[in-house]
Amino acid sequence: MIPLTHFLVLGAILFSISVAGIFLNRKNIIVLLMCIELMLLAVNTNFIAFSHYLGDISGQVFVFFILTVAAAEAAIGLAILVVVFRNRRTINVQDLDEMKG
Amino acid sequence: MPDLTPAIPEIFLLTMACVVLVVDLFLRQEQRHLTFWLTQLTLAGLFLLTWNGMQAGTVTTFGGSFIRDPLSDLLKLFTYVVTAGVLLYSRDYLRDRKLYKGEYPVLVLFSLLGMMVMISAGSFLTLYMGLELLSLSLYALVAFNRDSSEASEAAIKYFVLGALASGMLLYGMSILYGLTGTLDLAAVQERLAAASDGARVPILFGMVFVIVGLAFKLGAVPFHMWMPDVYQGAPTSVTAFLGTAPKLAGFAILLRLLVDGMGGHQADWGQILMLLAVLSLAIGNIVAIAQSNIKRMLAYSTISHVGFIVLGVMIGNSDGYSAALFYTIIYALMSLGAFGVILVLSQKGFEAENLADFKGLNESHAWIAFLMLVLMASMIGIPGTAGFIAKFWVLQALVESGHVYLAVYAVLMSVIGAFYYLRVIKLMYVDKWERDRIPLPASDPGNVALSINSLGMIWLGLFPGVLMAACLAIFAA
Repeated sequence: MIPLTHFLVLGAILFSISVAGIFLNRKNIIVLLMCIELMLLAVNTNFIAFSHYLGDISGQVFVFFILTVAAAEAAIGLAILVVVFRNRRTINVQDLDEMKG
Repeated sequence: MPDLTPAIPEIFLLTMACVVLVVDLFLRQEQRHLTFWLTQLTLAGLFLLTWNGMQAGTVTTFGGSFIRDPLSDLLKLFTYVVTAGVLLYSRDYLRDRKLYKGEYPVLVLFSLLGMMVMISAGSFLTLYMGLELLSLSLYALVAFNRDSSEASEAAIKYFVLGALASGMLLYGMSILYGLTGTLDLAAVQERLAAASDGARVPILFGMVFVIVGLAFKLGAVPFHMWMPDVYQGAPTSVTAFLGTAPKLAGFAILLRLLVDGMGGHQADWGQILMLLAVLSLAIGNIVAIAQSNIKRMLAYSTISHVGFIVLGVMIGNSDGYSAALFYTIIYALMSLGAFGVILVLSQKGFEAENLADFKGLNESHAWIAFLMLVLMASMIGIPGTAGFIAKFWVLQALVESGHVYLAVYAVLMSVIGAFYYLRVIKLMYVDKWERDRIPLPASDPGNVALSINSLGMIWLGLFPGVLMAACLAIFAA
């Protein structure tokens, strides 16, 4: 049987990749949206692993809610992305610098 | 079947938000004011329902995930008032910019529902659902002006950083869930208190992620980068909303998670909060001086006020919580007024968002200049205004708990902060009018409400007793 730590390490690695992706990515907003999804999935991995090893069902219930919210979040994120592209004709992260101060 | 009585205001709001959404479909553009008045009616109804349901003691329902207690009642009442104020102020602003659409009040109502669920959250699950309902509605509201390049930039920044914050918060929650095996905050508290010494590091690990998520949502330094851009880019009517009411809900989840959920580890989270507060006070007050856009300046001013609120919570006793609660409420009312002034002065094709636009305001709009004077004085914390009482109480709680150095530091930072508030007053009263005069705003309910809002700051400064007693009573037990 796979020990709990393996799942937690996997979750931590996925989470770190997604955070690093958000901060390092300078090219494309769509990659940012992918990183956000990855982050939520890392959390889901954690919840399911804990839920399984603790024998408590509520963690898995939480995962369903997170998945639903992630879908809504992706929809709104893409909608905002479309608005940005219509106004600027670019989705380059570096071009988002109209406001400074 | 769970007991639905404590959640009646939420159920009423959900129903009314759907009703407003459907009714709006059948209205022509010139009847759009009906949607807005129906929204105000909903808020009035909510106020009555919550007011009538008020009672001492705590009631939980839905298996402990929903809490109705004096704290939630008080915060909800002020959330309704602030939301109603924002909707009143923003009517003319939206009409002038062809944004007078039914989606605006509906999205505001849904984010209000999210805030109410956050305020009443008794478990990680309800807390997360409320937070997301609020955030998703706010992302859409920030992007409400679809043709504005600035607004869309603000929206995408807000979306990415808001989602990052939610992810951090969730990761922390998953760790705490793994340590305790429960999502219920009261049970988390018990099991964390019973945890062995070896569990301290994992608890700290989860706690740090939770606090980072909360700091993002509240806008505490170093997690504040989204605030200036979002405040500046969003339509002013939306900035007025997202700068006021969500802070009340954010304060509620700060208390629910840290005090109710991890109260036994106050020594640990107190240190982290102290760092956040010290940085917020410094960055907020110093960087605000360099701003020329008043919305951006108010964003930094918000950061410094958040510093004060976090200081109050950091103390970790009931006096500190009461002071922070009082500060949060006063802050929400003050900044509602300040954004109200910007909204009232903005005309068709003209945004009163640069500090230069306030030059010589006293000559053309003496009354509005006076209201802004009162609001700025209250933000500085001049005696006789509500802002003074709020700051004084937090400082007093700090001194009494032995944090004299922090109190001195907070006062020093407030003095630095006084500079940029006083500069607005100087621009209005000393400088001369340069541009063509903007037409006098027509008198509408927004202006009457703005006068009540500003003068209320003096009234609360002179007679703070009732509100202070209410704040004290909540944490006395």
